[in-house]
Amino acid sequence: MVEFWRSTIGKKTFVAVTGTILVGYLILHMVGNLNSLFGPTGAEPRVDWYAGWLRELGEPLLPFAGALWIVRAILLGSVIIHITGVVQLRFRNRDARPARYPARKIGRSWESGVMMTSGILLAAFIVFHILQFTTLTVDVTPLHHEQVYFNLYNAFQEWYFVAIYLVALILIGVHLRHGIWSLVQTLGLDSPARNRGIRYGATTLTLVIVVGFALVPILFWTGLLDAPEPPAATITAIAGGLTG
Amino acid sequence: MRLPDAKIPPGPLEHKWQAWIDQHRLVGPNNRSGKNVIVIGTGLAGASAAASLAAQGFGVKSFCFQDSPRRAHSIAAQGGINASKDYANEGDSVRRLFADTMKGGDFRSREANVWRLAELSENIIDQAVAQGVPFNREYGGQLATRSFGGVLVQRTFYSRGQTGQQLLLGAYSALEQQVAAGNAVVHSRHEMLDVVIVDGEARGVIVRNLVTGEIERHAADAVILASGGYTNVYYLSTNAMGSNVTAAWRAHRHGALMANPSYTQIHPTCIPQSGEYQSKLTLMSESLRNDGRVWVPRKGGDDRPPAEIPEDERFYYLEERYPSFGNLAPRDIASRAAKVVCDDGLGVGPTGRGVYLDFRDAIAQRGRDVVEVRYGNLFEMYENITGENPYETPMMIYPAPHYAMGGLWVDYELQTTIPGLFAIGEANFSDHGANRLGASALMQALADGYFIVPHTVAHHLTADRESVSTTDSAFDTAQDAVESHITRLMDVGGTKAAQVFHRELGNVMLDYCGMARNAPGLEKALTEIGEIRENFWSDLRVDPGRDEFNQSLEYANRVSDFLELGELMCLDALRREESCGGHFREEYETDDGEALRDDERFAKVTAWEYQGDDGDPVPHDEQLSFENVKLATRSYK
Amino acid sequence: MNFTLEIWRQFDTGEEGRYEDFTVEGIDPEASFLEMLDQLNERLTEEERRTVAFDSDCREGICGTCSLVINDTPHGPRQVTSCQTYMRDFEDGATIRVEPFRSTTFPVIRDLVTDRSALDRVIQAGGYTGATTGPQPEPNSMPVAPEVQEKAMDAAICIGCGACVAACPNGAAMLFTGAKVTHLNLLPQGQAERGNRANSMVEQMDEEGFGGCTNFGECSRVCPQEISLDVIGMLNREYRKARLSRDPKDPPTMLAQ
Ligand SMILES: Cc1cc2nc3c(=O)[nH]c(=O)nc-3n(C[C@H](O)[C@H](O)[C@H](O)COP(=O)(O)OP(=O)(O)OC[C@H]3O[C@@H](n4cnc5c(N)ncnc54)[C@H](O)[C@@H]3O)c2cc1C
Ligand code: HEM
Ligand code: HEM
Ligand code: SF4
Ligand code: F3S
Ligand code: FES
Repeated sequence: MVEFWRSTIGKKTFVAVTGTILVGYLILHMVGNLNSLFGPTGAEPRVDWYAGWLRELGEPLLPFAGALWIVRAILLGSVIIHITGVVQLRFRNRDARPARYPARKIGRSWESGVMMTSGILLAAFIVFHILQFTTLTVDVTPLHHEQVYFNLYNAFQEWYFVAIYLVALILIGVHLRHGIWSLVQTLGLDSPARNRGIRYGATTLTLVIVVGFALVPILFWTGLLDAPEPPAATITAIAGGLTG
Repeated sequence: MRLPDAKIPPGPLEHKWQAWIDQHRLVGPNNRSGKNVIVIGTGLAGASAAASLAAQGFGVKSFCFQDSPRRAHSIAAQGGINASKDYANEGDSVRRLFADTMKGGDFRSREANVWRLAELSENIIDQAVAQGVPFNREYGGQLATRSFGGVLVQRTFYSRGQTGQQLLLGAYSALEQQVAAGNAVVHSRHEMLDVVIVDGEARGVIVRNLVTGEIERHAADAVILASGGYTNVYYLSTNAMGSNVTAAWRAHRHGALMANPSYTQIHPTCIPQSGEYQSKLTLMSESLRNDGRVWVPRKGGDDRPPAEIPEDERFYYLEERYPSFGNLAPRDIASRAAKVVCDDGLGVGPTGRGVYLDFRDAIAQRGRDVVEVRYGNLFEMYENITGENPYETPMMIYPAPHYAMGGLWVDYELQTTIPGLFAIGEANFSDHGANRLGASALMQALADGYFIVPHTVAHHLTADRESVSTTDSAFDTAQDAVESHITRLMDVGGTKAAQVFHRELGNVMLDYCGMARNAPGLEKALTEIGEIRENFWSDLRVDPGRDEFNQSLEYANRVSDFLELGELMCLDALRREESCGGHFREEYETDDGEALRDDERFAKVTAWEYQGDDGDPVPHDEQLSFENVKLATRSYK
Repeated sequence: MNFTLEIWRQFDTGEEGRYEDFTVEGIDPEASFLEMLDQLNERLTEEERRTVAFDSDCREGICGTCSLVINDTPHGPRQVTSCQTYMRDFEDGATIRVEPFRSTTFPVIRDLVTDRSALDRVIQAGGYTGATTGPQPEPNSMPVAPEVQEKAMDAAICIGCGACVAACPNGAAMLFTGAKVTHLNLLPQGQAERGNRANSMVEQMDEEGFGGCTNFGECSRVCPQEISLDVIGMLNREYRKARLSRDPKDPPTMLAQ
């Protein structure tokens, strides 16, 4: 394993595996977010129910929010490995070419050339994003614990939050359009018979992810999703939901 | 000096090689690493020899002038390699391959050598396959074969149109495996400039490190020259730019005899020359003649596009003159026939030196798809070079110098007249007589390298010899000679690049010592070469700097040897007053223009001895005897 | 045809290089790029100036010796070797930039000549089957389906030119190494060393200082032999399997009952 990590191909394989984990998480996250589309749905918005479910998952085997913490650990680990891998590779790759001679672009996609940039910006976005919706530190619009629908609704009434999220999604698109195809190649899962399909598949999956995420801020902002009940009512509703 | 014995083992032809193998002496495995062999060249012959000797445990030093051993000229061979495996169930056999090769060479080769070659041919295929050479396969996974110029059976194995490449990469990787194992060392970008002879035996070489310009000395117990052929003496040839005669010629100057130097092969299917600036000619594989039909317009100066020339105004000269072989006539015959029609003013193309190779009928009969599968990459290559699409208009081809049947004289053990100096592959004169059949050079280079010299050199190494050090005075003398030759080249101080003289030499050689030769022409050539040589030594300019990377010096050095070789070729062609194979003397032809051999006087190998810069080379004859084939007039009619 | 050439001049490995301008006139459109350089060199000789060093041998696209970067593209505009690039591919009067293959692993020897021996060392690490000279099995006893042969051949035709390295923004030799591993690992004759081959060739590739692959795909776009990126997928797969499977040097021991 250590030797594997030391080699260029091994390192790249780690990047690909962690990338896959991150993509997997994104898909789940997107599906979760799409629960908002059900709207406030009376007492408990469906997305809030989902958030609660996430935390209860595995109970009583796991403590409250145990599964969530496992997921968080995996994600954090993946991001760290992913970034360490790409940074180390980048240094190697830079050494392999004389400094003053950038390689002319012959046919490579521009996305492939900006993976580092799109990745770093993504990292910045993720930090900001967690500060906003998870720790509720970026408390510009009213934010309340465990009231996802409420938080989203309020945040996405502001055009600049919508803009930040849409830009982040474009970054995701850029990163993944190369990334998803690339991971298949890195893992050596390609074959001449499948390659065309893999290319299309990567682009489609990227689109699905980007559009799937984008629906949420857009629909909130355009007002197609109704305002949630005021917070107090929701709390009782949750309590009711938990006991009932 | 008398020509030494060719050391052909007694006994029936079929058993000679086995008999030799059975009696040869061996070096014990523990003693082998102390015995060193130098191999010059990493083509098929050199790489296979170096890999095989190293695998046996001998210490091998291998040299080539390219930047990697994988780039040796053998890489360019396209068509295929012969072996008498008879997978096609046509009754092919060692005897048949032997007989075809003897006849193909117009009965100017040694029976014993040719038999051994045919015998070893099968092992070569087995060896190559084991190395991972991807020969073409039939459905069902069996090896595929095809027929190739001048034979009636399908015994040619091939890897698309890149057989030489694949075989060479096989030998190269076997060599690299030995490098990794520590048994062999490869010195690339090193050019051998002299052999070192101690007590009458070849014991080392002087090489120039082409990167640093340093003159290095290397000592060994035996030296193998696998330095390839010399057809670049014609300037334009199908050989790689770097192919040269230097290694062989420097050995010749030390007493190794040069046999049949005038036997050169002009290959019939090459892309014609398009201008003065051209640096080399490109071969189009002979396999094209399996489906392409060769013709010229019946009327001279007919400049209609070929498609508009009606059938009855086309002169399919090969089919008319050689009905049974037709377009598949051997190379020397097909080449000369092309020259004859062009000399008669029927040639096509801007220079009038071209004939059509037409696939119209093949496409009509078999369909474009089939033609594409068979020749797709060759058509692409043709289009890439000429800008014309051979599916639509016929290819234009013309003969070009291609292969040297002549070379250093060797005995049955492939040893030259200098003990301890062996010559293999195209560098020796051995197996092809006066003309080489298609797909047999690869066979010979690999038979020599894999299966013959590893035994004969090992045998040579059994003798006890004192180890020599590179401080031996013989090395001093050799190095001094090399240095002073370089100084001489550097000091001419003229104005012209070596290329200019090379081009002039090539023109003379092609005109007078090419596809057709005659006494007055050869005399004239000798005078003209003399003049070129004088000009060379008074008007040459090489870049300054001998202790550095200097390509103009490398080139000039090679041309200086070509100039001397050219003279010897003309002398040899003059002396051989007969026509045989690739050597066609216009004075000796049958009534219908075919080669007329003189077996009484010339069933011989002529080996030339060097006599110093001013002396006239002395010929020595080796009588050939034919006990197993009938000396017949070669007929492909 | 007339051209202005901006040619990279560098005296030796250590020296700083620079571009030098030359004009060439009256070039035949059918002349190859290298023949055009020959003509330039002949003229430079007459003018008693140092000739431009460049590598070539076969001049028919098979030996892999020629190695120019023409107008920023390794080998030139048409995805054929430098020697197969013809002047008719350029516009009359054009300015053409000529430089050596650029890679830290290919130090410049002089002008346009580089040292690509790193590629040989990658082959030394495992680019062979273990067969040494001697009696071998009858080839037809190990049939190879034509499709497998074709695939192996598609990879085996790599000419070792190194253009893939020169084109790769990471200076990676993945296409070259992948081609050899694909060729041998597909064939039955290459099975015995299959895992070791992938391991040691990749190790050597890294040791030489080639970069890592980020799947840019430029290598395959300049490859004169049109080697497909699939060989990189194959190399990744073979290496991963070999590295992550049990160390062959340490096989499970058999237990006596
Ligand atoms: C275009 C073409 C196609 C051909 N096709 C076929 C075919 O289909 N079938 C067939 O059977 N034959 C074919 N031939 C002929 C065949 O390729 C050659 O005869 C054969 O490859 C010669 O191999 P070799 O090992 O003797 O020499 P080469 O491959 O020429 O190798 C010579 C080696 O010697 C080295 N060398 C030379 N001089 C020196 C020196 N002074 N110092 C250090 N190193 C030196 C070179 O670096 C090189 O490594 C073809 C030839 C050509 C030109
Ligand atoms: C956090 C900061 C991130 C950085 C700095 C970063 C950077 C990179 C870089 C430089 C690559 C290499 C590109 C290549 O090899 O072609 C890469 C690959 C990849 N990244 Fe990221 N990335 C980040 C986050 C993410 C995230 C959040 C995801 C998923 C949602 C992701 C998914 C991928 C995938 C799938 C690959 C392809 C792996 C492969 O080619 O084998 N990355 N990343
Ligand atoms: C429009 C798009 C997005 C919306 C509306 C959104 C919404 C949310 C919300 C509401 C939470 C908090 C959930 C909770 O506390 O239960 C959250 C958490 C999170 N989101 Fe997003 N998200 C979006 C895009 C993204 C993207 C693109 C990424 C990654 C690149 C991402 C990564 C995360 C992470 C890592 C967490 C923290 C999970 C945790 O540890 O609890 N999100 N997101
Ligand atoms: S893979 Fe292509 S570009 Fe790379 S060395 Fe081989 S032939 Fe050249
Ligand atoms: S261009 Fe370089 S990044 Fe990989 S796909 Fe080719 S080696
Ligand atoms: S010179 Fe051989 S490939 Fe260009």
